[in-house]
Order: sequence, then C-alpha cells, then structure tokens
Amino acid sequence: MVDFPKVESNGTIKETTLGSGDKAFTIGGESAYPFHTFEGKMPHAPKLAMEVWDIAPSEWATELNVVFGDVYQDPVAWAKRCVELGADAVMLTLASTDPNGNNAPAAQAVETVKKVSKEIRSPLIVWGVENDAKDGETLRAVAEAIDDRPLVLGPVVEGNYKQVGAGAIGYKHFVVANSPIDINLAKQLNILLGNLGVKDQYVLMDPSVGGLGYGLEYTYSVMERARQAALTQGDDKLQFPLFCNVGKEVWKTKEAKTSEQQEPTWGVAKTRGIAMEAMTTVAFLLSGADLVVIRHPETLKTVRQYLAEMMQ
Amino acid sequence: MALSGIQIFKFLPKTNCGECGVPTCLAFAMSLAAGKAELAKCPYVSEASKAALSEASAPPIRTVVIGSGDSAVKVGGETVLFRHEKTFVNRPGLALLLTDTMEDAEIAARVKRFGELRYPRVGLILKGELLAIESKSGDATKFKALVDKVKDVPEANFVLIANDVALLKAGAQALAGKKPLLCAATAANIDAVGALAKETACPVVVRAESLDGVAALTAKLEAMGVKDIVIDTGSRKIREAFIDQLALRRGALSGKNKAWGYPSIVFPNEMTQDPIMESLYAATFVAKYGGIIVLSDFRGETLFPILLERLNIYADPQRPMVTEPKVYEIGNVTENSPLLVTSNFALTYFIVSGEIEASRVGAYLLVVDTEGLSVLTAWAAGKFAGDLVGAALKKSGIADRTKNRKVVIPGLAAIISGDLEEELGPDWNVIIGPREASHIVPFLKQMVA
Repeated sequence: MVDFPKVESNGTIKETTLGSGDKAFTIGGESAYPFHTFEGKMPHAPKLAMEVWDIAPSEWATELNVVFGDVYQDPVAWAKRCVELGADAVMLTLASTDPNGNNAPAAQAVETVKKVSKEIRSPLIVWGVENDAKDGETLRAVAEAIDDRPLVLGPVVEGNYKQVGAGAIGYKHFVVANSPIDINLAKQLNILLGNLGVKDQYVLMDPSVGGLGYGLEYTYSVMERARQAALTQGDDKLQFPLFCNVGKEVWKTKEAKTSEQQEPTWGVAKTRGIAMEAMTTVAFLLSGADLVVIRHPETLKTVRQYLAEMMQ
Repeated sequence: MALSGIQIFKFLPKTNCGECGVPTCLAFAMSLAAGKAELAKCPYVSEASKAALSEASAPPIRTVVIGSGDSAVKVGGETVLFRHEKTFVNRPGLALLLTDTMEDAEIAARVKRFGELRYPRVGLILKGELLAIESKSGDATKFKALVDKVKDVPEANFVLIANDVALLKAGAQALAGKKPLLCAATAANIDAVGALAKETACPVVVRAESLDGVAALTAKLEAMGVKDIVIDTGSRKIREAFIDQLALRRGALSGKNKAWGYPSIVFPNEMTQDPIMESLYAATFVAKYGGIIVLSDFRGETLFPILLERLNIYADPQRPMVTEPKVYEIGNVTENSPLLVTSNFALTYFIVSGEIEASRVGAYLLVVDTEGLSVLTAWAAGKFAGDLVGAALKKSGIADRTKNRKVVIPGLAAIISGDLEEELGPDWNVIIGPREASHIVPFLKQMVA
C-alpha cells in the first residue's frame, strides 16, 4: 500500500460481550478509528439490533406497519420475527410505561420482559421511555426480576443512574449510559457509574442521536471527539463501545413518513425511509458506533452488506 | 497552511486607519487568522502583500471551481480531518449521470429531475449541481450531440467523461465558457488532455490505478501550468475508495504528499447496481472527503437524504444554523389555533415544528430571533427575555391572523412568563409549555381537547 501519514493510537476501546450462550457477541476492542484497519485493530464488526415495543405503536410509518403490523400485539412474536430477520440483538422498548401515554406500572412491564426474555436467546436490550424517574423505577424492577441472564438496560442518565446502576451491578446486567449530545456530560456519567461500582465492561455509551436533517452532525462530532480522545489521548473514561438508537429518530421524521403523493419530489416513501435509516446508520458507523438499533429489515440487510465490504 | 495573526500582521500597512471595520491592523490580522474577515476589506494592502498572503495562506487542498457564474460549484479547500476541528468548507458536488447510449426520453426525464429535485431548507435550496456526461459509445458525433442537447440546462455544471481527447475537446468546445470538468487525464493521454485543459482553462481529472500514480500525474500537470486538478484514484470498491480518500486528505494536510493537494471525484455509480447501496457509498463520501460524487441517477428518495446529510456534515460547528424569525403555520391552522414560541436555532425549530406536525394539531409557531441560540442559552444570554419575546409577537402581526389569545412558551423559559404578560397586556394569556419538545404532542392534544 502507498505510504501516507498514519495515526498512532495509545488507547483501546473496552471489549464488551453482550448476551450469553451461542447468541452472545462481542463489540468494542478498537485501537483505530472506524474501519481504519491499516493502522490499528477493529476486531469486531459493529452489530445491529432491531426494536420491538411492548404495546402496539400507533404512529409508526406505514413501511414498518407492513412488516410488523401483524405482530404488534404480541411482543414475543415480534421479537422472534426480528431474530428470524437476522437481528443480532432485540431491543424491547417499554413504551407502555410512558407517563405521557398509558403510564403502565413497572410491574406490568416486567411481565412482558419476562416473557420475551424466556423466548429469545439473542442479547436483549430493555429500553425505557426517556423519563428519568419512571425509567429508574421500571428498569430497576426489570433488573431485579430477570436474574437468569444478563440484559442491557437503558437509557441510564444522570437522574437515575444510581437506581438502575445498583440493580445492574446486583444482577450482572449491562447499562447504556445516555447523555444529551455532550462529550463532557458523557464522560461525567461514565465516571459516576464507575464510582458507583459498575465495572467498565458493563457500560455502553449512548451520545443521543440527532436524526438525518435533525442535528445528525452534533451526534456525529461528539462521537468523533470521543473516539479521538479515547484513542489518541488515552482518555479511559471515554473508551467505551458506542450505542446509537437510530431507528426511532429516523422514522419519526416527516421526511421518512410522508408519502410521495404529498411530496412528489421526495421520491418513493418506501425506499426513502429505508435509505434514511441506512444512511444515518452509516454516518454513525463512520464516527464510531458499535451497536446500532434500527427498525426496518431492509436497513439491516443493506447495512450488513456495507459492513461486510468495509470490514474486509 | 494557516497563518497566525502575527504572521499576517507583517503584511498589513500598519496604519490603523480603521476602514476595514476594526480599529487596528493587529485586530484585523487576528480576525483574518480566525477566518472572520476577508483581506479584501483592507483598501490599502499592497498587491505584493496580497499575493504573498494568498500564497502563504493557500489551503493545503486547492479549491477548484467547476462551471461559471452564480451556480458554479466549488470543491476542495478543506483544512481539517474532522469537522469539529474547525469546519468543512465546500460541500461535495453531486453529479447526475447521462450517457450517450441513453434514449432521448431517458435523457429528457433525467434533465427534468435535475431541475425539479430541489429542496428548500434553512434558507438554502438543496440540490445536485452537476451533469456528468459520459461517452459509452466512443462515438464523437453522439457525444457531441448529447452535450449540445443539455448544454443550456439551467444551473447545470458539467463533467465530461471520455477516454479519447478528441471527444473531450469536442465537448469542451460545445461548452465553451462553462468550464466543464474534463475527465480524465491518464498516463496514456496526459500530454494531450493536459494541453486541452491549459488551452481551455478547464479543470481536469487525473485518474491512476494507485496513489503514487496520481502523484506522478498531478506533478506532470503542475509542470505544464495546469492547477485546477481533481483526483480519481481509480478505486471502484468502497473499502479501497474510502481508504484512498483518507490517504489523500491526510497526505495533503500533513504537507507530506503535496501532490495530493486537490479535491477528489468518486463514482458510486460504478460501484454497485443497487440504488440503496449506492446511496450508502455516497453517504460515506459525504462524510469522508469526497469532492465530487457521481450518482447513477437522481431519485428523490435517495438524493434528498444525501443532501440532508451533506447539509449536516458541512454545517459550520462554530456558527449555529438559523431559521428565519417569523410566524410559521404548521398543519391546518384556523383562527383558533394555538400559538407557540421558540428560538431561531435551526435545530430547535426543526424539532419543535416536527413535534407540532406529529400532534396533528394545527398551530402557529412564532420563531424569535435569538441569534441562533437555543431556548435556554438564549434566555441566559438575555435574548429570550419576556419583553423581547413580547415585542417580537406584537411585531409579527399574529394578533390580526388569529382570534386565539393564548401563547405557549417553552417550559425551559417559564421564568419569562411574568415579563411577557406585562409586555403583552391583559388580552393575552401566557401558558407554560413542556420543557422537552418530545412532550409537545400530548400537550397540544390536551390543550385543544
């Protein structure tokens, strides 16, 4: 290969193995920028999780309803479908617990988690509703109820990290530390979790996702800065695998949902949503994502192919 | 390489005349170094100093202009590896492929899409800038006929793709004055293509099978006096092409490979048959250093997202994107629709308007000029104070457009409600909205229930 300036790293991203048994996988371990394997290591291809809700979503895009509509009422069947479609992991969002919606009690959500956990052997991410207090309560209850396998719990934020973190330590679950697109806050939360006693290999970092056209560049740059600090400045409080919840942010936008009849110049709605989800995923893979949550199986397929080509 | 303020100061007249808008030459030099001023503002700087400064401050990657007039496209001129280190400067040009073996109807449809697929956003029109005209037949007459057919397409810049210098010459003549990008000079034809580029003052692509080969070709063109060069590394596999882009950027910025100091051209159109994969390759090159990106077609469903990504990645991190301060109608508004207020930080506007739209409750959104600051920051800086928001509301004329006299302010700025009520008088009722945009949907639904 032609000689060009190389970046020498003095840090390595921590390796984390999620799940157990034959469906477990490892992420992290990079000692180079994403796909820069000519100057360091990227031992594991990034992984893709698909999202399942514990109640039927009413506002999801038509394109998603077509694929999953028949299993919306049954989270177990829905999760199984995601596994069949090839998802590396399943993310179960406990949408029922949203205080702005059904506000279901934590105990009720726990029952759904138990059912899905029993039927799905792939790594299971259990996700809250981005309400600090309610998530603290729900995720703590989930952590305690599922004692026979490691889960991945999130979003864990400054407002509830003690509650969820303590539950995670006790039952050997993983946590996704979520911060509002700010590298300093991300680092601070990692430090707090460490002080609480959560071991490094149990932490993933979620910088919060700005969707395509909705602040993608902020997330992109926070991730690049985090990787730069982790790899070239040896900042061990940022050497964690990066987690991006892309599906939600992409599919809620009007650009992904509006039909071509309403906006002819936006092109075929079916392909547009998938292209947006896949392109957003690619942008974050290029800035360091290790685990990405998406919604559409076509996104899974094309991003897989992209990863295979980029990892060669 | 970038110069420091002190280095620039040495070239200035040191008269402190103040005509540039800042009081002293030193202050002006500092502004120049920070990229906040332009040298042209100084009426007294000597031609010699100007030349020396522009030479010394020339970016390590040359800026190349393709086309002429207002719609010409500028690529290259980048100075950093990561956008957060400063900013990316010139958005990559997007080119729509036309070949001389396409049917007339297909050409017409493509030209139509080129004109129609444009998207207004934050005061800009997002669109592709170039038509890439490729000779597949090798027939000079067909190539020339195609160029003639599309040469007057409004706001189009051109890439001429042919291996035979005679074809490039015919195309360049048909596009005289339009500065098309000639593609490509290779080891086999560089003397002739280089001479054509020099004669017509057109920018030119060099194509080689390796980066070493590229360096040899750019050096040769430089020796011929051709400076407007674009690099095609020849790779047509995503991984190789990605690494090539990294190598070019790093080599040029480090000063170690000066012969690579030009923008690149990449060809996702030649890398796959699948339109979504193609868009993923394009997305890769938008983030990682593509100069011109040639696409097999412009389709709204993939072009629009690529344009959005380009807008995002090339947004200047030092300067917030702003949206025009005014009243926006979102959804189906009536004279009783609620009125919400927010800041003019573009991201805030997009998110708030998106949530209002998702609520399916028609509403007015008053965007107050906060100089691009988000609500909380603007409030802290005194730019989202009750009296200012009140004044903006009165000035907007919204009172004449709606009978509704309820105004919803962001929960984060709840503290301004008293001042705002005072400013607006007893007619208006100030309501404190949610702290987070994600709670707007239930809030609005409840408000109109």
